Amino acid sequence: MLSSTPTVSLGPGMTSRPPISAADSDPDRAQADSRAWLSALRTAGAERDQAVARLHELLLRAARFEVSRRRAALSHVRGEELDDLALQAADDALVAVLAKLDDYRGASRFTTWAYKFALLEAGVRLRRRSWQEREVVLEPEAWPLMADAARSPESQAEAGELMQALKHSIDGCLTHHQREVLVALALNGVPLDVLAGRLNTTRGALYKTLHDARRKLRSDLAQKGFTLDSI
Amino acid sequence: MAKHIHDKTLKRLLGPAEPELLCDECFEKLDEYVELELQGAQADARIPGMRAHLEGCPACHEDYDSLRELVQSEPNG
Repeated sequence: MLSSTPTVSLGPGMTSRPPISAADSDPDRAQADSRAWLSALRTAGAERDQAVARLHELLLRAARFEVSRRRAALSHVRGEELDDLALQAADDALVAVLAKLDDYRGASRFTTWAYKFALLEAGVRLRRRSWQEREVVLEPEAWPLMADAARSPESQAEAGELMQALKHSIDGCLTHHQREVLVALALNGVPLDVLAGRLNTTRGALYKTLHDARRKLRSDLAQKGFTLDSI
Repeated sequence: MAKHIHDKTLKRLLGPAEPELLCDECFEKLDEYVELELQGAQADARIPGMRAHLEGCPACHEDYDSLRELVQSEPNG
C-alpha cells in the first residue's frame, strides 16, 4: 500500500509518485509534495534545472501513456513517428505547465494537474494524425434510418416525426456555421480537435458553437411540443 | 438495438439536457474532478456541470478517461 510503495526522490520532499489511493491517500503528504514541486520549479539555478528535467520526464511518460491507449487506432503510423509525437506533446506541455504555474490552485496533486496538459497535447496530436488523410465532411453523409422493427408503429411514427422536426429545426434555426459544426461533429463523427484544426479555431470556441446550436434545437423542439426530458 | 442507435444519434445532436461546463472550464477542473472521484468524494456535487459536459463532449471525455486511467495506473493508484 501507500507506505510501502517505493518512490523516486526528486529532491527534498518531492516524489514522482505521490499518493492517490482512494482509501490511503495522505493529503498532508500530497500537499507537501506539490509544494516541493512548485518551490523547485520557482527557484533558480541547478535545482530548477533538475526539477524541470524531471517534470519533462513526467510529462513524457503521460504523453507515451496516451499514445499507448490509442495505438490500435494508429496502427498505420510508424512507431518512430508516434515517439516523436509524444516528445512534441511533452515539450509543449512543459512550456504550458511552466507558464501556468501561478494558475495551479492546489485542488489536486501537482502531478495530476501537470498530467492533464500532456494528455491534452498528445490527444490533440494523435486525433489530428489519425485524420490526416481523411476528408472532413460538413454536410450530412446520411441521416439515421428511422425504421425500427422493435418499435410499435405508433412509436416509430413519433420517432420519425421528431427526426423530421429536428431536420427542420436544423435548417430553420441554426446559422450556416452552427449547422456545419453540428453536422460534422454530431452526425459525421469528426473529432472536435480535428475540426478545430481545419477551421483554424479552438476546441473551446467550437464546442461553444455546438452547445449554442444544441440549445437552439432543444428550445425549438420544445416549442413545437416535443418532450425531450429523456434525451 | 436500432432504438439505441437512434437515441444515441439524438443525444449527439441535442447534447445534454442539464446545464454543463464548457471545454475551458472542464479542463481547468478536470484534475480535481478525477481525484475527487478516485477518493470516493462527491465529485458531481462538488463540480456541477462536469458530468453533463463529459457526456456532451467526446474530446473532453477522452481526456477524462485518459487522466483517470493514468492516475489509477500509478503505483499508489
